[in-house]
Amino acid sequence: MSKGAVLIIGARSDIAIAVAHCFAKEGYDIQLAARNISSLNADKSDIELRYQVGVSLYDFNALEIDSHERFVSLLPKLPLVAVCAVGYMGVQAENERDLLAAVNVMRSNFEGPASILAILANHFEQRGSGTLVGISSVAGERGRAKNYIYGSAKAGFTAFLSGLRNRLARKGVHVITVLPGFVATKMTKEMNLPSKLTAQPEEVAIAVLNAVKKKHNIIYVKKTWLLIMKVIRSIPEHFFKKMKL
Amino acid sequence: MKLGGWGRYPLIDAKLKSPTSIKELIELISWGNAIARGNGRSYGDSSISKQNTICMKNFNRILEFDNKNGLIVVESGVLLSEIISTFLYRGWFPKVTPGSKYVTIGGMVACDVHGKNHHKDGSFGNYVEWLDIISSNGEIIRCSRKTNSEVFNWTIGGMGLTGIVLRIAFYLHPITTSWIKQKTIPAKNIDHAIEIFEENLDSTYSVAWIDCLSKGNKLGRSLVMLGEHANVSDLDSNMKRDPLMIKSKTKIRIPFNFPSFILNYFTVKIFNYIYYSFGKKKNGYKLVDYDTYFYPLDYFLDWNKIYGSDGFAQFQCVLPLKNAKLGMHEILNALSFFKSNSFLTVLKRFGKQESYLSFPMEGYTLALDFPITKKNIDLMKKLDEITLKYKGRFYLAKDSRMNSCTLEKSDIRFKKYRKFRSSEMKKSFSSVQSERLEL
Repeated sequence: MSKGAVLIIGARSDIAIAVAHCFAKEGYDIQLAARNISSLNADKSDIELRYQVGVSLYDFNALEIDSHERFVSLLPKLPLVAVCAVGYMGVQAENERDLLAAVNVMRSNFEGPASILAILANHFEQRGSGTLVGISSVAGERGRAKNYIYGSAKAGFTAFLSGLRNRLARKGVHVITVLPGFVATKMTKEMNLPSKLTAQPEEVAIAVLNAVKKKHNIIYVKKTWLLIMKVIRSIPEHFFKKMKL
Repeated sequence: MKLGGWGRYPLIDAKLKSPTSIKELIELISWGNAIARGNGRSYGDSSISKQNTICMKNFNRILEFDNKNGLIVVESGVLLSEIISTFLYRGWFPKVTPGSKYVTIGGMVACDVHGKNHHKDGSFGNYVEWLDIISSNGEIIRCSRKTNSEVFNWTIGGMGLTGIVLRIAFYLHPITTSWIKQKTIPAKNIDHAIEIFEENLDSTYSVAWIDCLSKGNKLGRSLVMLGEHANVSDLDSNMKRDPLMIKSKTKIRIPFNFPSFILNYFTVKIFNYIYYSFGKKKNGYKLVDYDTYFYPLDYFLDWNKIYGSDGFAQFQCVLPLKNAKLGMHEILNALSFFKSNSFLTVLKRFGKQESYLSFPMEGYTLALDFPITKKNIDLMKKLDEITLKYKGRFYLAKDSRMNSCTLEKSDIRFKKYRKFRSSEMKKSFSSVQSERLEL
């Protein structure tokens, strides 16, 4: 017997697929939504065969805000849990020169994710239950020269999740903010990440599942990141502005 | 980065890429000198190319399963352990399994692995229905015994040198319990062990642990272990409640390289004495779970570290049936003469094998582990000679040190393989091993 459905938005990311496996293993049906969704046909069979749950695929574009309401209304059943893993890092240097590229990064990390979660939040609120999970980033904790376009959008998203959590806390709907730190994914493949600080997508997925079960609010996947971000946030701006981080 | 096989010898500076899509994979193949790497469980340098090692771990999806006939379609990077954890409790098990479940299905095809049932059921390739291979021009070719049969036949046991295997369709076998009825029979010496194997050809599984340090009339004393899949009626009432249970055991991780002196002639001799005496007492039937029976070493994660930081080599040869007794005597005498400290020595009867390149032939195979030392390398050269003398051949999945001349003398099939490999194919696909063996 299925436990209900988990919707995963931005399903082509490595974190999203790992989250899908994690929840399917627990017996949840999985709804995967992403652009070019037919590229996930193999993942659909894989998850169905491994865990004997139902997996359905939906074409979804986070940037086409107009289509979001319709997308939710067309889901065969409203999910118990919705995880938004939409994100796009872009190239900082390019974002500095090309305003349209920068706007695209901002929209992909803030506007799109916030829009779809806002709609789901209203549906969940009406039902009086559900969990919304937003995959944000430690990059949103403080703007750095290296990636502040991406970081600023994630900061917006983090604030959005925080507000949403506050609004829905007494309505039976729980909101989780995930700040994964470095994760070894397609997005970071060409970056040279320190292995001790880098989580595998599967670790992120386990942390998400755990947070949903235990109703955690804000989670870092590797505990060290909690400390690192505390330090980074506490550096006085006078020094911070001259630092290369 | 430094890459090695399971024996961690040789360690080679190699470029490793982990493509996430077929498009990226095809792009990498176009660079040339490509070799696919699964879970790195072949012992030597089979899955390493200095210029272009392609890690297949992202191609790890199960695509189809037919629960009427057991036909399963997977991407080549799926681990056998995942197949077992997914399908065992539904009543399906691989027909052929090697001694570790942490191998990829792609690797099982490339090495055409065998199991303890080879004398009855042959090698893994027998259960492969079709393969999808990416060829040197980036085309995906579906091949089977009927269509593109040449590519198919050379790929089974072809050590990854015909192209990159992308998808595999193979049959799982229905079972009713996850238990094995095991019978241990002590053998006084190698001749006795061979007699026991010959008397038990109808047993589904058979393998012998062999004390390679005993001498004289105890030369090659062994514990022959026979096995059958248990039926539900063989189980006690407790086990019957869940006959297909998968026991999850805590694995022990070997945390660091053992100092190399730990496994020496004397410690191995003491271990062998205790193990044999203990095994002799267990004489008779007992029920063991599939994990203990098929994968005893998987219980120790990173067990390859017990051989020390210099790594180790495996030596595995097969001798034809008619020469087996004489040849095994000569090999065991050589081990004794060199005071070798091979820790894990395994003897097994092979049945007939009909395929282009696969290692098995009807006869007896012996697998030995050696820590890398000058003495052991000399010893392995000696064992090469003995194998050649008795018209035997070598298992490339284990090899890390043979030369092309020895391979050619042992196995004329590789001459044909070289011819089959077009110059395009040779440019596109090569490993450190294929260069060493001039394949």
